[in-house]
Amino acid sequence: MLQIWEVSKDYQLKGRKVRILDDVSLKVEDGRFLAILGASGCGKTTLLRIVAGLEEANEGKVFFRGEEITKPSAQWGMVFQDHALFPWRNVQENVELGLEIKGLKKTERRELAVKYLTLVGLSDHLTKLPNELSGGMKHRVALARTLASNPSMFLMDEPFAALDTQTKKELQRELLQIWSIEKKMVLFVTHDVEEAAFLADMICVLSSCPGRVKEVVVNHLPRNEDCSRSKGKEFYELKERLLSLIDKGW
Amino acid sequence: MKHPLLLKAMGVVIALFLWQIVASSHVLGDDFGSSFSPVNALTSLFHLALSGDLAKQAVPSLKRIFVGMTAATFLGVIVGIVIGLYGSIQYLTYMPFQFIRMTSPLAWMPIAIILLGIGDRPVYFLIAVAAVWPVIINTYSGVKRVSRIWIEVIKTLGGNDWLVLTKVIVPAIIPYVMTGLKVAVGISWIILVPAEMLGVSSGLGYFILDCRDRFSYDEMMAVILVIGMIGLILDSLIGILQDHYNWSL
Repeated sequence: MLQIWEVSKDYQLKGRKVRILDDVSLKVEDGRFLAILGASGCGKTTLLRIVAGLEEANEGKVFFRGEEITKPSAQWGMVFQDHALFPWRNVQENVELGLEIKGLKKTERRELAVKYLTLVGLSDHLTKLPNELSGGMKHRVALARTLASNPSMFLMDEPFAALDTQTKKELQRELLQIWSIEKKMVLFVTHDVEEAAFLADMICVLSSCPGRVKEVVVNHLPRNEDCSRSKGKEFYELKERLLSLIDKGW
Repeated sequence: MKHPLLLKAMGVVIALFLWQIVASSHVLGDDFGSSFSPVNALTSLFHLALSGDLAKQAVPSLKRIFVGMTAATFLGVIVGIVIGLYGSIQYLTYMPFQFIRMTSPLAWMPIAIILLGIGDRPVYFLIAVAAVWPVIINTYSGVKRVSRIWIEVIKTLGGNDWLVLTKVIVPAIIPYVMTGLKVAVGISWIILVPAEMLGVSSGLGYFILDCRDRFSYDEMMAVILVIGMIGLILDSLIGILQDHYNWSL
């Protein structure tokens, strides 16, 4: 279980203190898919970075399985908005990075990298360099890299925001398939209402300036066999409800 | 503009032609002007190459470049990384470094000889002093351009600071280090010739003075040609390395 407990965060902006997150509390059970939804600048990325241990909260604490999160760890893997691949490493070497850090042997590393690259449909592109890949493929590699290091919790910061609609839909379905196999907790930051409604079990809507939990919406829409959701009348009703909850950030 | 190779070859021919005109025009004196001509220089070059005299002088020069450059690369990369990572050290070293960088390495020659004696070692030292700055400066700017996200990726995969250094910073700066080496090899090859005119008895710089003292100006011109050609080759070799290790392409 993940517990975010009364987290607040201030930034210094031109010598002035600006509160970006205010008293955010959340509980997420293992295996659940939580979307953190909000307008641009509402602090949702900051909240995710605090959970990742990349930033410190000014007040409050975060616990994962009873342990306080104070620094980054391979136990909570992050997928960045900018895919953040290493341009001097080929696809397979990028995926092996986390395994090198864990100190795995070369043959084990290769086996796991190929396994996860097959899972994201890139087994034919092992030796390509990142700049030879399309945007969607780069995000698949980034996903495989995080998957391969086998974290207990996935933190995803608008991973598909920069992609075209078609690629985005493909990757959303693939993510759900992987999630249905791995059964790990996912925290997925997005500003896309439809994405949140399609993917998540629970949707935490943040208000803007400062970011506060406006409402945690439980998504009761049934999942298909591949964990996706059919986009019928109820789906669009949920989408409308989420839209009405989001403040416009400006 | 569509035939760069042809134009480059034509440039060589034109340069040789102009050289021949100057040599035959008696501006260098009536008696020995013709010994400076390209024909005589190329003939001497051929004889020097055959007799092994050329290799005898070029090998010590190349060895000095290699030793000096190796020292400069190690020192330059380490210093560049340190000042790139620690802002306070960068500020602390800024003025002294700029001061030393702007003094001619040859000005250090007397001190180098007092400290290191006569022979190869002061030449190594001068080459290293000349070559280290471009390596430091380019390594530093490479470190400054390392993306913060790359470092965060390592941290979120469970890596510590040492792994940030070995998995991110070192590979990320390689193209910048190569740029530094390209500049450095050019400078050190230029510095080598005057350095070899001071206190050593082998090498291409020494050989120029030796030819002058023997009044064999054709051989002297041949050595100048060789110096230019080796410089060109060294530059191209680093250029090949540069292309090979350039992940940003």
